[in-house]
Amino acid sequence: MSLRQQGLRLIDAGLSYADGKVALSGLNLSVAAGESIAIIGPSGAGKTSLLHLLASHLRPSSGQIELLGQAPWTLPGRQRQQLRSQIGLIQQGSALPARQRVVTAVLAGKLGQWSTGKSLLSLLYPLDAEGAAGALAQLDLADKLYQRCDQLSGGQLQRVAIARVLYQQPQLMLADEPVSAMDPVLASHTLGVLKQYARNHACTLLASLHAVDLALAHFSRVIGLRDGRIVFDQPASCISPADLAALYANEQLQAAHSPAVVAPSIPRQVPRC
Amino acid sequence: MLSQRDPAALPRVLLTLLALALLWPGLVLSELNLAVLFDAGNLGNMGQFLSSFWPPAHDPEFLQLLAQATLQTLAIATAGMSLALLLAIPLALLATRALSISALPRGGQPAWWASALRWPVKGLLIVLRSVPEIVWALLFVRAVGLGPTAGVLAIGITYGGMLGKVYGEIFESTDLRPTRALLLAGSPRLSAFAYGVLPNAAGEILSYSVYRWECAIRASVIMGFVGAGGLGQQIDLSLRMFAGAEVASMLLTFLALVLLADLFSRWLRGRLA
Repeated sequence: MSLRQQGLRLIDAGLSYADGKVALSGLNLSVAAGESIAIIGPSGAGKTSLLHLLASHLRPSSGQIELLGQAPWTLPGRQRQQLRSQIGLIQQGSALPARQRVVTAVLAGKLGQWSTGKSLLSLLYPLDAEGAAGALAQLDLADKLYQRCDQLSGGQLQRVAIARVLYQQPQLMLADEPVSAMDPVLASHTLGVLKQYARNHACTLLASLHAVDLALAHFSRVIGLRDGRIVFDQPASCISPADLAALYANEQLQAAHSPAVVAPSIPRQVPRC
Repeated sequence: MLSQRDPAALPRVLLTLLALALLWPGLVLSELNLAVLFDAGNLGNMGQFLSSFWPPAHDPEFLQLLAQATLQTLAIATAGMSLALLLAIPLALLATRALSISALPRGGQPAWWASALRWPVKGLLIVLRSVPEIVWALLFVRAVGLGPTAGVLAIGITYGGMLGKVYGEIFESTDLRPTRALLLAGSPRLSAFAYGVLPNAAGEILSYSVYRWECAIRASVIMGFVGAGGLGQQIDLSLRMFAGAEVASMLLTFLALVLLADLFSRWLRGRLA
């Protein structure tokens, strides 16, 4: 079975945590291989939970999930780890050890594909420094190759984490707020790199974004998430300011502070559909 | 005012009271009586013995004996530690929950069957360290005869149990996000350990190991008293002959050894930081 032809599917999937809190419910989602999708929504809407569900990190408490043509939770452990090696998750917050060198942190992307012996050998002497440098160069970080992670800024660390996933060469790329610590120009460039990778490798890409303007500018399909439910799932060109106002409306803040919810004021054309 | 009080406050107060209440029976059961120290007869005896400490023995013949015994002690401690590491590292990797793949979808809590598999290893570690090294030494002196071999085996077994337990806990106490991220990208456990746990844990592991090596030096001295060679055997002989000057020299040697271990540990950690 070829993983390359497969996207992902959620059928009536829900997720509740051990303390009974419901994070996601009734999600139906079908993504074709090679599609690029942005996920937007207010804080606490479940964007991170959804991405971790799709990374086969969290197991849905109801419904079904299918990733790259396989149902991860019916697979035996070894095959699930193989499937996971084809999924690249860019996490929020640093998942890089502070005392690790950038080259090692990037090469770690391929641990799921390398044998343990090769991985351990590469820890003594980086076996593919060129590969790591290539991934970093796309993000304008090639000069940081032999620096330690704790010498980098937040935005640079974020780019190292992205370089790791680029180096991993996954079939499914999930990015949780991948550009939150970057200035607008860099953020735009970085999203461009992710999309270019997805295009060149027929990789499915889902990215959660805080900045609505970035989501609408870079992604043709946008999913709005609120209270663990999908509010809308449509082409970016069909999303109206009213959709966004409803998505981000905050009753508590509204009552306490400002009378008017500030709808993201993006220069937009009239919706065509 | 907040409507909700700190929910952790009451358990904290109760735990402090409990700890204090447990101290009292401890004092009673151990029959600690400081007055015995200041009894006139005892004071005189001790004073006499202590006054013979100065000047420490320093004739060439004794110094040569001292150097030989010191080297033997160092050799016992180092060989014992190496044996202990051979036992401790694999056992710690098996026992620690830090590398649990089944814990990924369970919020960091391994599945019951995975915990059950770790229990025999934890049990083995408990058995190894619950018997004091002096008892092992007495057993091995019976088995392999008088001499350093008994000391090496005793330290190797007891310290293997201690190091294995503490290493496993150090692995668990580091920031586990990097390790989980690697396991989630399909990495085998050993690779995830080398790239995720080790960079964060190496400093603590190193300083604890050097401290244990220092303890092993002391332990090898104590085991000398039961015939396992080294400085301990010499101290035992000198104490029996009330040769205070020789005891003083050996105690000074001790001080120097511990100081050296401390400097070595600081230097190593400085290199690593």
